[in-house]
Amino acid sequence: MATVDTFSEGRQVRRIRDESPSATTGKGTPPPRAAAEKGTRAASRPRTFSRAGSAGAWLPYLLPVTLVVLWQLGSSTGIISDRIMPSPVAVLAAFWERLLSGELARDVGVSGARAVSGLVIGGSIGFLLGIANGVSKLSEQLTDTTLQMLRTIPHLAMIPLVILWFGIGEEAKLFLTSLGVLFPIYLNTYHGVRNVDRDLVEMGRIYGMSSWSLFRKVIFPGALPSIFVGLRYALGIMWLTLIVSESIAANSGIGYMANTAREFMMTDVVVLALVIYALLGKLADVIARTLERRALAWNAAYQG
Amino acid sequence: MPIGPYQSPLAFVSDGELERHYAEPQPVPHEAEGPQPAGLRLRGIEKRFGDNHVLKGIDLEVPVGQFVAIVGKSGCGKSTLLRLLVGLDEPTAGEISFLGDDGTAVEPNARIVFQEPRLLPWFSVADNVAVGLGGGVPKETGRREAKRALAAVQLAEKAGDWPSKLSGGQRQRVALARALVSRPGLLALDEPLGALDALTRIGMQELVSQVWRELGFTAVLVTHDVSEAVFLADRVIVLDEGRISLDLDIPQGGERRHGDPVLAEIEGRLLDRILGRG
Ligand SMILES: Nc1ncnc2c1ncn2[C@@H]1O[C@H](COP(=O)(O)OP(=O)(O)O)[C@@H](O)[C@H]1O
Ligand SMILES: [Mg+2]
Repeated sequence: MATVDTFSEGRQVRRIRDESPSATTGKGTPPPRAAAEKGTRAASRPRTFSRAGSAGAWLPYLLPVTLVVLWQLGSSTGIISDRIMPSPVAVLAAFWERLLSGELARDVGVSGARAVSGLVIGGSIGFLLGIANGVSKLSEQLTDTTLQMLRTIPHLAMIPLVILWFGIGEEAKLFLTSLGVLFPIYLNTYHGVRNVDRDLVEMGRIYGMSSWSLFRKVIFPGALPSIFVGLRYALGIMWLTLIVSESIAANSGIGYMANTAREFMMTDVVVLALVIYALLGKLADVIARTLERRALAWNAAYQG
Repeated sequence: MPIGPYQSPLAFVSDGELERHYAEPQPVPHEAEGPQPAGLRLRGIEKRFGDNHVLKGIDLEVPVGQFVAIVGKSGCGKSTLLRLLVGLDEPTAGEISFLGDDGTAVEPNARIVFQEPRLLPWFSVADNVAVGLGGGVPKETGRREAKRALAAVQLAEKAGDWPSKLSGGQRQRVALARALVSRPGLLALDEPLGALDALTRIGMQELVSQVWRELGFTAVLVTHDVSEAVFLADRVIVLDEGRISLDLDIPQGGERRHGDPVLAEIEGRLLDRILGRG
């Protein structure tokens, strides 16, 4: 071409590159453009993130820290009586003392084990029922209405009956916790399975998936976001049930620790028990969220 | 017999190492020749949904390896017919047979691609394609086959991505790779490009045409785009109220191009027929 030398070299190169994909086939995204898009996205993302990051890092803790400082100031100046509310320092001291004596580890261990076994038993039953009723019409007709009726009874209202049945031993606490977590897990698993995209299920059938494959590759992953919602609800109920049942009757665990402390007017230990419940609750939620983010990495809503 | 899933339908995506790996463990020599496309014979096919008489007697023969396009107004039974072909539904009356080159009955290993890609969002692109191999394939083999099929649709570099990261056209190419990975003898396409923008669609048409020429399966394409039908197919069938109202061969010859005057003329005739103007 005679006019080539009027183009700058850069432009000429660009022209050639623009033309080459359509010249060969014209299909597909030309790689240079895809790379360029990726580049812009990668370049703009850190900027937004770092802004959110620097502010986000300490902002959520501003309020609790301020409250604790005010609380400590109130206690040291005598505005808050330590009969009503021990100072944060006193709570810390109680924590340290019990940590050294080993009582704390034992009580937290006992409560944690109760919580986990209740969650495992109730959660498994709820999960299995949810799956069964989601995939089988027969199973749904047999059990769903009953479960929906039982669900309306507040499980803590069963405490008198449970004490009559099991006494005040471990079984009573296990039963109540399991019952409490069963329903949120059941409902959300069932809902999740029912809402799996029918087109995907049909696709699975077309490609000859066995029932088990269909469950493992299509139905279960499709229901998983909803199952996680159920799990996080269940965790809240799990701690609530445990606190109530440990305060009613127990000879170990955090609830027991708090109740004995109350008898001896040790407000610092009572508050310590509350703090530990809060921390355990938070820990459970963090674990659930982490699992959720890992398991649902494919879902744009859980990325980042 | 369907061809074992271990054989690559996509051997043309030559990759020295894969090829060598592939060459050794093939115990079924006569099937190693390549894909075995299945022709079609429909006899008096009818389909009713309750009182709704959708297909009212379809007779059709599709030779092995032909590319047939079916066009027609919305609701005339095109999707219904495709679902019968791939065994997703049973005809109310009539008979569907799949015939090999020599006229004997063959297992068609039929696959279908829909307008929506229907990818599993929780599987990587490669794992989605491996779904097309069916069960009983070792993971490694599945991955390798998937990569090969992805290369055939020019998406090899996306093998590890989540489907949510892809564009609409790319997702549809993954769906195509999933359908092709098990070397179908018959590929049904139900408005596979209907949801794509015009430019992406043209690129995809060329891709479909290329894989069809390279793999040699029998293709049945449903489309509402008459120019797409004319561009891709050897033969266009117009379906009208459950009957075939026109069966037109598209003259072969040379490379087809969008905007070719001969094709444009055929396109015009088809449109007149579909819209009842001629
Ligand atoms: N599973 C079904 N049950 C009842 N009616 C159906 C079913 N599938 C399709 N139909 C009916 O069959 C007719 C043709 O549908 P379809 O084959 O999807 O048309 P199209 O040519 O637009 O693809 C429509 O009237 C539709 O309502
Ligand atoms: Mg349709």
